[in-house]
Amino acid sequence: MANYQLLINGKKYQTEADPDTPLLWVLRDNLGLLGTKYGCGIAQCGACTVHLNGLAVRSCTLPVSTVGTKKVTTIEGLSADGTHPVQQAWDEVDVPQCGYCQAGQIMTAAALLAKNPKPSSQEIDTAMNGNLCRCGTYHRIQEAIVLASSKISK
Amino acid sequence: METIRTSRRDFIKLSVAAGGGLVLGFNWSDTEAAGIALVPAGASDAVNFNSYLAISPNDIVTIFSPNPELGQNIKTSFPMIVAEELEADWSKVNVVQAALDTKKFERQLTGGSGAIPHSWERLRKAGATAKYLLIEAAAKRWGVSSATLVAENGRVWDKANNRSLTFGELASEASQISLPAEVKLKDRKDFKIIGKPIRNVDNQAMLSGKPLYGLDFYREGMLTAMIQRPRSFGMKVKSFDGTAAKAVPGIVDVIQFKNNVAVIGKNTWSIIKARKLLKIEYEKEAAIESTPDHDALFRKLLDAKEATVRRKDGDVDTAFSGAAKVIKREYQCPFLPHNPMEPMNFFAHVRPDGVELVGPSQTPDMARNEVAKLLGIAPDKITLELTRLGGGFGRRLKADYVVEAAELSSLVKAPVKVIWTREDDMGGGSYRPAVRYRFEAALDKDGNLIGYKLRGVGINSGNPTREHNFPSGAVDHLLIDSIEHQSPITTGAWRAPITNFLAFAEQAFLDEVAVEAKKDPVQFRLDLLDRGKKSPVGEIRYDIDRMKTVIQLAAEKAQWGKKKNVAQGFSVYFSHRSYVAQVAEVEIKGGKPAVKRIIAASDCGIVVNKSGAEQQVRGGIVDGMGHAFFGNLTFKDGAAEQLNFNSFRLIRFKEVPEIDVHFVDNGIDPTGLGEPALPPTGGAIANALFKATGKRLYNQPFNKQPDLEGVSLGRSI
Ligand code: FES
Ligand code: FES
Repeated sequence: MANYQLLINGKKYQTEADPDTPLLWVLRDNLGLLGTKYGCGIAQCGACTVHLNGLAVRSCTLPVSTVGTKKVTTIEGLSADGTHPVQQAWDEVDVPQCGYCQAGQIMTAAALLAKNPKPSSQEIDTAMNGNLCRCGTYHRIQEAIVLASSKISK
Repeated sequence: METIRTSRRDFIKLSVAAGGGLVLGFNWSDTEAAGIALVPAGASDAVNFNSYLAISPNDIVTIFSPNPELGQNIKTSFPMIVAEELEADWSKVNVVQAALDTKKFERQLTGGSGAIPHSWERLRKAGATAKYLLIEAAAKRWGVSSATLVAENGRVWDKANNRSLTFGELASEASQISLPAEVKLKDRKDFKIIGKPIRNVDNQAMLSGKPLYGLDFYREGMLTAMIQRPRSFGMKVKSFDGTAAKAVPGIVDVIQFKNNVAVIGKNTWSIIKARKLLKIEYEKEAAIESTPDHDALFRKLLDAKEATVRRKDGDVDTAFSGAAKVIKREYQCPFLPHNPMEPMNFFAHVRPDGVELVGPSQTPDMARNEVAKLLGIAPDKITLELTRLGGGFGRRLKADYVVEAAELSSLVKAPVKVIWTREDDMGGGSYRPAVRYRFEAALDKDGNLIGYKLRGVGINSGNPTREHNFPSGAVDHLLIDSIEHQSPITTGAWRAPITNFLAFAEQAFLDEVAVEAKKDPVQFRLDLLDRGKKSPVGEIRYDIDRMKTVIQLAAEKAQWGKKKNVAQGFSVYFSHRSYVAQVAEVEIKGGKPAVKRIIAASDCGIVVNKSGAEQQVRGGIVDGMGHAFFGNLTFKDGAAEQLNFNSFRLIRFKEVPEIDVHFVDNGIDPTGLGEPALPPTGGAIANALFKATGKRLYNQPFNKQPDLEGVSLGRSI
């Protein structure tokens, strides 16, 4: 067990964990940040996606000991009130079915748009291909990213 | 306008809720009830209530949604139906997931695409009755005839005198009004909410990461547990040594119950690590089977003399011996795990005075009964609260994971949440059964289908045929039979049970038969249906006109046979009361076939929520396509060989084709849409690939078939 200071969603957290504990379980078990989901635990589905210094990463395979002073953003911190353009677009397009994968989808899409506000459809394909949606909402995810992109570039 | 009697089947109770609002409870049991009763003000008596809507003085209409929500959008569409008849202001509707309550609700489950068909009329009456009471209350207050008043957007209006009252202002007085013997339901043309694309009521919560799912349930003092179940079906625990596991910091206990070894701890990661240190010895308890054994067994069973006859019309032997042409083909599919994105989990707290269960279940009532049986207590000592389900696909129709959690809690005498890893989930059974079919068709010299045979053999498949489906009833001589092999590998209902593969096999086969008969595949199906309509052979349990209409609509929307440089494949299937036809389009890109587009025509009766319905069709097609191409769960020595998404392939973002969704607008009461879009997809794609390449697909997954090399998928190829 070691003590970790983490900067998550602009807030400082202190927690005890084994150094090899994936950030996913620190968020969920230690800090009660439950928006980040477990889907596979082996970096195959994207349900656990968070931002590390603005880049989308898989928290299920990211040991807490490697986070250091990097800024972590989870779905809870993407916006204060669910009004990030990506969240708005997701609502307007009515993307979710069961909804379980969507936090990860949104975090992946938000990271893409932060870097590349006007992605081509091929760039969207490449960015989103790592996120599984068992319900098959892929078309609406695509549509929502295009909408969010238009909101951001406005 | 439809008039529905409320007094016979529907026993309605009315009461004033604690907050002074109007609460309507509906008992929708089929028993002859004592008419409509008015419950005295103040009583929040829920006995005999079945579903529930409340109007608060602040105008908020609370609608309790009883059925488990797993992405089929019931939590939005049920309240839409109530709100429509109530003339509620949708922006003031608050939807609440109801806990399991068999006294209030009937059929509180999710499965068989049956929720809307079952509840359509009941929900409408719920809204209409409340509207009636609110209008009567306003009439009384103003001293006018209720016939001059209308309800609109959350208010009752006296338009002649240009005045109105909100539902909240009227709620308390409405509760004093006697219930009507009959309520009038709205004419379909006056629908304002039904048929519109209404956004999911949980969007805000889902999109901002609120803890909605079973895995998100935390309770102070709760323990977490994972269970090591035998890796191989047919094995049982001989002995185990949990010393090393128990020594891991954070681990509370390691115990065995039945064939399970549970690692119980305070946090997930220490449990995952401790589990790896378990030493468990297993011994054989039943047959240990592998996939090659099943392949060999299927071939043997297809030739077996004895089989269970499911349907027999005319005399197939004579028809086949006199046929001008006989076509015989076989089709096989593997087991499939359900893989909802949220793995199995459940919270249980077994206390001396009662049991608390919380989690995702498609069948909460059954789960409670099984727990009651296990613990030897009465079901009413158990509460079950439903979380949102992170998908189901049939897996959560079973209660194994609920019972396990309860048993573990009773053994450790503590509140415990059992969670499954993806590996536990994929290796843990309850699969779509592996099945093999043999189809045979006899054609006369004019290419008419005069004889039809189908044998289905499957592993724990129950009846792997749907003997009364098309083309039964349209062929003079027909024989459908089946054989089931019992195996330790557990199976269960998987979205569109049986038809998820049977439809592919049948529609691919009929396509081949049409080609052999030198007929256009669409016309071939229409001719068969006409023939069934004109002189039905035996019983016909599907609606020929509805099936023809979806066929024609799909053909029209896809411009069937008229597109240049596009290979089209057709498929149509009836399942769960609804009809869906699909045209798949394959184009040659860089010398290789690419699955580019699917056009779907669905008849599910009235569409309740356009947004939900469209996505239900699209999602069903993506599901059907993904599993037809990639879904493959194989066994070695009784153990599943694919345990996570690195070896079990799900369809991904890039690979989905364009999907056009169309609905038949026929005004029929809703017939269900959770499953029916899935079955036709594999057949439409296989038939289009045949058009493009001249090669037929017989087995799933397609990507393991040598003929499919080089095929690409996706809208942007
Ligand atoms: S849970 Fe991290 S990628 Fe699946
Ligand atoms: S919405 Fe259910 S898994 Fe994506």
